Amino acid sequence: MSLSLDEVRHIAKLARLELAAGDAEATQAKLNGIFGLIEEMQAVDTDGVEPMSHPQELAQRLRNDAVSETDRRAAFQAVAPQTEAGLYLVPKVIE
Amino acid sequence: MSRTDWEVVIGLEIHTQLNTQSKIFSGASTAFGAEPNAQACAVDIALPGVLPVLNKGAVERAIRFGLAIGATVAPKSIFARKNYFYPDLPKGYQISQYELPVVQGGQITLQVPDGKGGAYEKVVNLTRAHLEEDAGKSLHEDFHGMTGIDLNRAGTPLLEIVSEPDMRSSAEAVAYAKALHALVRWIDICDGNMQEGSFRCDANVSVRPRGQAEFGTRREIKNLNSFRFLQQAIDYEIQWQIDLIEDGGKVQQATVLFDADTGETRAMRSKEDAHDYRYFPDPDLLPLVISSEWIERVKGELPELPEALSARFQGEYGLSAYDATTLTASREVAQFYLDTVAAAGAANAKTCANWVMGELAGRLNKAELDIAASPVSAAQLAGLVQRIADNTISNAIAKKVFEALWNKEGESADAIIEAQGLKQVTDTGAIEAIIDEVLAANQKSVEEFRAGKEKAFNALVGQCMKASKGKANPAQVNELLKKKLG
Repeated sequence: MSLSLDEVRHIAKLARLELAAGDAEATQAKLNGIFGLIEEMQAVDTDGVEPMSHPQELAQRLRNDAVSETDRRAAFQAVAPQTEAGLYLVPKVIE
Repeated sequence: MSRTDWEVVIGLEIHTQLNTQSKIFSGASTAFGAEPNAQACAVDIALPGVLPVLNKGAVERAIRFGLAIGATVAPKSIFARKNYFYPDLPKGYQISQYELPVVQGGQITLQVPDGKGGAYEKVVNLTRAHLEEDAGKSLHEDFHGMTGIDLNRAGTPLLEIVSEPDMRSSAEAVAYAKALHALVRWIDICDGNMQEGSFRCDANVSVRPRGQAEFGTRREIKNLNSFRFLQQAIDYEIQWQIDLIEDGGKVQQATVLFDADTGETRAMRSKEDAHDYRYFPDPDLLPLVISSEWIERVKGELPELPEALSARFQGEYGLSAYDATTLTASREVAQFYLDTVAAAGAANAKTCANWVMGELAGRLNKAELDIAASPVSAAQLAGLVQRIADNTISNAIAKKVFEALWNKEGESADAIIEAQGLKQVTDTGAIEAIIDEVLAANQKSVEEFRAGKEKAFNALVGQCMKASKGKANPAQVNELLKKKLG
């Protein structure tokens, strides 16, 4: 499998990466190199092997349902670029 | 082609906010209505280096739901990252479940109103229910051309409940959503507050010519937060799709929003890439393992479920399926009904049902009160029902007594009947005296009746009831009046 230039641009857009002119080709070559590795791995017979979701053979530890956090808004917002009325301000997003 | 040649196919995805104290992956509070961002901790706002720790209470609620719908509670399930960029999602991904959700399968049986006063039974299969975190809120009021972000809701635990495309009309979709809404409150995993967004519906809608095996292309209507909007949006969408196809167009898969002001659905432009989420297992979270002991313990703590209780009401009390469903719409209503029957006697179960669903429900509705806050208690209503059953009062007088109970004019139906002299007159002599008086004063009606006018008889009965201030036993009045005229 190899990626087309359009697919590379689409992936870049999903990842919010700006590709300068000419970068798409270089990125395509790198990504296709990775796909080459994946192809090699896909040649391995994995019948009967349970898909791995985490490299550690452990189960998730659970926390009791209790409130342990206090309001630290002032500290967090002191390092935010822009706030108002307790809100974080971001460039306008319109639906 | 006419409308009837089209078959509608609907599946629902419902987001229920789980009623935990703290968030799904952090110890911040989930209480509604706090100051903006006062309940958004370092994990919720995705400061670098923080890690999620799963809330046991959220998992337990998912187990409870799985058991309530007869689903498989997965012994092992996986959390995945759903990647998209939006300012109210600080991490750039939502932690959700994808390939191995915690609840798999299950079904729910509902009564769908048939539009003719009756109802039919419908079974809806569920695909899955998975745990995930809610996003924050974007406030689009003008902040100098910027958008305000409140992350208090970010990280609130959600159980997303996905149905199979089993529904064939908006009425079925609404009945399903209502049954699910009742169930999550019944098993106490969600407060069901739709105004506050605790229960939100997305509807996948498509149409196909009747008889066609494959589904048509669907459009997904997002974020419907009332049953009325759900119905309106689906009905509009169905007609829109049929009109489009009949005009030679083709439905394009899309995410649409419902505009409550215009009653229309319209495509969202910004979510073109919405289905390209690039899910992968979240390396920050290990697999969720649920032991069979845990499942058994939760099973033992589940209350009797509405379906089972509804079957009991039909079997033991002889209620109709529709009445039994109405009385099991919420645990509070069911409990009130059970308490009323317990005090009034099982023989009066049907009368109790009529009063709980009729006079009481109507009065509570008008006063915008929950049944838990009813001014008339179950014991008081039972006392009233008993006096109807033993003929102490007629139904018409019973309504007066109910009104008096509601207004706290007395402690019990008996006390009010006694104090206000409402006891039904069953003494034949007393009723005859009233009839004689009425007949003497209404010679015209008597003549009309004798001339064959049946209506005149009813008028005379009415006069007798009026003369007795509603207290004469109507059946006796009828009987004695017939005798006197006959």
